[in-house]
Amino acid sequence: MIRVVLPQHLRTLAGVEGEVAVEVHEPPTQRAVLDALETEYPVLRGTIRDHGTAKRRDFIRFFACGQDITLEPADELLPEEVAAGAEVFRVVAAMAGG
Amino acid sequence: MSGVRLLVGTRKGAFILRSDGTREDWDVQGPLFAGWEMYHLNGSPADPDRLYASQSTGWHGQVVQRSDDGGKTWEPVGNEFTYDGVPGTHQWYDGTQHPWEFARVWHLEPSLTDPDTVFAGVEDAALFRSTDGGQTWQELSGLRDHPTGEQWQPGAGGLCLHTILIHPDDPQRMVVAISAAGVFRTDDGGETWRPINRGLRSRELPDEEREVGHCVHRLAMNPSRPDTLFMQKHWHVMRSDDGGESWNKVSGNLPSDFGFPIAVHAHEPDTIYVVPIESDSEHVPPEGKLRVYRSRTGGNEWEALTNGLPQEHCYVNVLRDAMSVDSLDPGGVYFGTTGGQVYASSDGGDGWTAIVHDLPAVLSIEAQTLA
Repeated sequence: MIRVVLPQHLRTLAGVEGEVAVEVHEPPTQRAVLDALETEYPVLRGTIRDHGTAKRRDFIRFFACGQDITLEPADELLPEEVAAGAEVFRVVAAMAGG
Repeated sequence: MSGVRLLVGTRKGAFILRSDGTREDWDVQGPLFAGWEMYHLNGSPADPDRLYASQSTGWHGQVVQRSDDGGKTWEPVGNEFTYDGVPGTHQWYDGTQHPWEFARVWHLEPSLTDPDTVFAGVEDAALFRSTDGGQTWQELSGLRDHPTGEQWQPGAGGLCLHTILIHPDDPQRMVVAISAAGVFRTDDGGETWRPINRGLRSRELPDEEREVGHCVHRLAMNPSRPDTLFMQKHWHVMRSDDGGESWNKVSGNLPSDFGFPIAVHAHEPDTIYVVPIESDSEHVPPEGKLRVYRSRTGGNEWEALTNGLPQEHCYVNVLRDAMSVDSLDPGGVYFGTTGGQVYASSDGGDGWTAIVHDLPAVLSIEAQTLA
């Protein structure tokens, strides 16, 4: 299981508290985790990445093991700690608008 | 017992204000969807407990919410708005061509007869329809495919489709308005559209009377006289008595004919309301006085309504979707401001009371009259 932390608005939308765990049946990459997340919580479709193109929304960032991995290729393997469930995959709503 | 439910969309959530038919005491529910921009909420005329709401943020994009119990509980429905075919381009601010890109839903207009059918006016300007209660959305692409589409240019607020009027006797006829393209009409249920902007003059344009390019801010119609349409344009208040085929200016003695909302009294089809704003440069009430202007003659002759409204140091705006009327007797009128006040009049505008003072900036108000 991959542990995922969502930003507040998406936790509310998905009706969850705290972190969530999703089953990823393939090597864990950004794309695979987001696919699994959207399968488990269809209401999140379109709120993290675009429906048609799967392009990340501009103010969404991804963090793992304290690193900003937003710009890593979507099909690159996530860190082993995330794959093992020791660390979380963090979806972050960027600080903006201030 | 009769009552009124006000559906209020704000910059930071939605609020539902409820009162009985006296409209004296109001219950305030909210914020719903706190922190999200709620461009519009609207109820089905066929089932007043069926509500739709447009919810968005710059971070997470568009969500559409639906309620089947008058706003007590909500569920997210479909949020995929995909333009039909290859979207093509429209004109950008600098005159270059720019790809059509979905940004948000500005306005939701439920069918007059079917609670599961609802229309969505979106930015970049297009009209979508759902026939399954908002689960899926299909574009009525004949509008955007009009040959003038590539000439459409956004107003300062974006290229938004903000008004949808459904003809009460002929469901094949709809009128929509787009800022800053103008007014368009379909007579075949949305398959084909044509611009209906004859008589509009916009001095900002090189060709003042061109077919499209007019910054229409809002349209209003009384269902008892559906071929009479009223318009608050960027500048000028306009009227049509032939379903939009031609327009005449009815600004008359208004202190300024710039503004955003316009509304028609529910029982008096010649009684209309506007909120004059100083200018497109200032976006504040003239002289710091918040005044609704009422015409009982369908335009040209206007009177200021000030009783209960701030008459000094008031510099709020009233946005295009932020005025509505109920259909009780006497008729109620409501509007919300960018300062977070929601004002109500239960006597057609003679007197006003602030129901709430300190909401986030109000984007929209819809008044539902409940049996």
